[in-house]
Amino acid sequence: MTATASTLDAAPARPGRAGYFDSTWLLWIAIIAVLLFLVVSPFIYLVITSFQAERTGEFTFANYATAYGRARYVDALLNSLKLGAVSALLAGVFAVPLAWAVARTDMPGRGLTRMLVLATFITPPYTGAVAWILLAGPNAGWLNRFYMLATGAEAGPFNIYSFTGLAVVIALYSFPYIFIFTTAALELVSSEMEDAANILGAGPWRTMWRVTLPLALPAILGGLIICFLEAIALFGSPAMIAIPARFNVVTTQLFQFFGNPVRVEVAAAYAMPLLGVTVLLVLVQRLITRRKGFVALTGKGGDRRPILLGRWRWVVFGYAMFVAALSVFLPYIFLIQSAFAKAWGRGFSLDNVSLQNFRFVLFEHATAAQSVLNSFLYAGASATVAVFLTLGVAYIVARKLVPFGGVLGFLCVAPFVIPGVVLAIGFYAAYAPPPLALYGTALILILAFTTRFLPVGYVNASAAIRSLNPEMEEAVRVLGGSRLTALRRVVAPLLKRNLLGAWLLIFIPATRELSAAIFLYGPNTKVASVMIFDMSEEGNFERLAALALILQVLTLPLLWVGQKALGRDFMLRRNAT
Amino acid sequence: MSKLVLKNVAKRYGSFDAVADFSLELVKGEFVSLLGPSGCGKTTTLRMIAGFMPPTGGTIEMDGQQISSASGVVPPERRRMSMIFQSYAIWPNMTVGENVGFGLQVRKLSRSEIDRRVDKILDVVQMRNLKGRYPAELSGGQQQRVALARAIVVEPEVLLLDEPLSNLDANLREEMRFEIRRLHDEFKITTVYVTHDQSEAMVTSDRIVVMNKGKIEQIDAPHTLYRRPKSRFVAGFIGRTNFLEGDHQGNEVRFDGFTAKAGNLEGVNGSGALLYSLRPQAIGLATSQPSGQALAVEAEISSRSYLGEYWDYQVRPLTGAKPIRVSTSPSQVFEVGSRVWLEIDPAAMVRVE
Repeated sequence: MTATASTLDAAPARPGRAGYFDSTWLLWIAIIAVLLFLVVSPFIYLVITSFQAERTGEFTFANYATAYGRARYVDALLNSLKLGAVSALLAGVFAVPLAWAVARTDMPGRGLTRMLVLATFITPPYTGAVAWILLAGPNAGWLNRFYMLATGAEAGPFNIYSFTGLAVVIALYSFPYIFIFTTAALELVSSEMEDAANILGAGPWRTMWRVTLPLALPAILGGLIICFLEAIALFGSPAMIAIPARFNVVTTQLFQFFGNPVRVEVAAAYAMPLLGVTVLLVLVQRLITRRKGFVALTGKGGDRRPILLGRWRWVVFGYAMFVAALSVFLPYIFLIQSAFAKAWGRGFSLDNVSLQNFRFVLFEHATAAQSVLNSFLYAGASATVAVFLTLGVAYIVARKLVPFGGVLGFLCVAPFVIPGVVLAIGFYAAYAPPPLALYGTALILILAFTTRFLPVGYVNASAAIRSLNPEMEEAVRVLGGSRLTALRRVVAPLLKRNLLGAWLLIFIPATRELSAAIFLYGPNTKVASVMIFDMSEEGNFERLAALALILQVLTLPLLWVGQKALGRDFMLRRNAT
Repeated sequence: MSKLVLKNVAKRYGSFDAVADFSLELVKGEFVSLLGPSGCGKTTTLRMIAGFMPPTGGTIEMDGQQISSASGVVPPERRRMSMIFQSYAIWPNMTVGENVGFGLQVRKLSRSEIDRRVDKILDVVQMRNLKGRYPAELSGGQQQRVALARAIVVEPEVLLLDEPLSNLDANLREEMRFEIRRLHDEFKITTVYVTHDQSEAMVTSDRIVVMNKGKIEQIDAPHTLYRRPKSRFVAGFIGRTNFLEGDHQGNEVRFDGFTAKAGNLEGVNGSGALLYSLRPQAIGLATSQPSGQALAVEAEISSRSYLGEYWDYQVRPLTGAKPIRVSTSPSQVFEVGSRVWLEIDPAAMVRVE
């Protein structure tokens, strides 16, 4: 079409719309094909495989009989539920006071507290678990040694290799979820609501208990549920702590079904309760946080003034620093000590300091450096694919370009209810066998990561698109630009920041993903998280600490970029999770 | 020849008629407003003219060529129209100059020509000195001027405006009305203007289309609409009015509190109920019985409000039940409860459906 300034294209009596429709349909089909491949097919294969006999592939219930036929398998299930509940509650105890103090009070160091929560949030749970093994290992753990030194006792009181130890460690690294949910809600409670209680005679504490917290309650419950789900789906920390403590949870049991020989059919059957509980609780969580009447999540904020705590502000600050000590200060002090030590047990003496661990993991170990590179490559590829895919879907859904666009949106958020371990088993069932035979390839890891983080991408992409007034694009078109021109000249430039944000929100967690990777990696596609896990099995804590620190340090520039582009708390907003 | 012709245009959503049987012809250079309450279908009509939505019935033609029908539409980018949106839709990622020059760029004009035209139009809207600014640095009124410049600079065949002033404060809104009319007088672009504000429509338009519930109530010049409303809706929507119910018997029509001769009233036919509209400004108030052609009705002031520019009285005829609203100049002061005479000119009473 050669459009000139002054001639209207000869409009046909019946201007053809057919061609236009065909191309959008093609796009729809292409996107749905990708989503079927990423989301639906692994899920279907998971279900089918659970009913297939090994080798023959005949229909059978035998896998379920095997999976639930032994008391210790069933115990592992119950352990997971118990672990989820205890660590979610603990996480609530850590998170809620901090969230309230940061969002609504004049506690000193609110910015610092937020930063420390962020530091907790970007610490992979398995790294935290390793640090806590250094801290609270029986006898040799630093806390025990200090205790013995201080009291002269024969043994220390702490034992990380226990149910309680595991629950505390999980809670310490999942409480940021509750923190994020709760601050988001509290920041929407207007001071006027509290003023209304004050003027009717309620003091500050009563107001908090009767007005503020109840308004934030749905958000707190929502966060608790997310923590519960996080705890039962976690693989790294339980594998490092529960196995030496001689008890199993669902994910470690699944890992054992995947050991030699791989019994994917039984694993699939055994994964069903995990999937079921997750689906159910996510539905409950949506129901709670969307319930009407709680303006806290939907209403407009209004003016907010911090609550003046008086002398109590130092007590609250002390608590915040206590939590931060457990999740950040202590773990990092001893991770760093260990990474720079010849032997971590020899302590802080100068002759124990050495760079040999870094030299080893970066230059001498056969695959450690490669594993870091792999992590960043795969995470980068999946973040890119996920961002553009979800942006496409969000745009199509928001502008109603195709009928049944909602289906596409649903498929994008559906992986949210599939725990990483379960997703990996689905990917294994679907794509490990011929003809694709993707097991152990970079591709299967990238695809699995993409699928895992589609929901984060979609939530961000659709929020970004919704923030864009469609009139911006209509103005382009009415002035003679095509839809493509509108996308290129207006939509893309305006969404640059949001897209970068979404990309980072996928990339950062993807560089440390373990639950799915552990089931899908091959000899040449080991990622850093798997490497760290291997080293923990070898008991090689100095080198492990070095690798874990390298991974953390490499994340910092990305964090900096994100904060520059999107504001300091970009990872602590609700759409980050 | 007509510039833009809408023939029986309709838009149906399921069983709901957003727009029904809408027919309108605009001659070249004409300024027509679509006026009505929210949800009356005026924006829908505008968006169908722009090509953003296909009609479900009827056709739209420009310069004799069909551009919209139920079976297909020329996409908006090929209509050579331009539009000003409620949100202005100024692109925040481009400067004022880039915003205004965009349409010319799409039309592949040379750089120097684009610059020349952008500068010229920015002079017209008095924004030349802000050419390099980004929209976030502009006030609402300035953004509005950029939107105007951007729409006009491409010399569109038809200019569409969708409630362009609704986001401005009252003073600016009044100023921009005249600005829009001034630009129209200067460039003579055929214009369709959507608004729910009657004074906006009256200041700017050659003709006004009053719409209600998806249908056209009346199309007329502003003064005709005001003086000769055809329906109760139009009389009530354009300005304030009294609705008087009359009962036609023999050669007189009885109203609540007074009676008029059938011969002096317009549109008296048949017998039974008739509805008239009588503007508050068209009624006189006097302390003594007036002489002359007008009907004189003895009445009592039941309440009053002072609005600075005029007095607003509620006056009840002594033999009537309902008060009649009367506006007088600020100097005509009557106390509540005092006896007055209403002066009603039967010729000012307009029969409405």
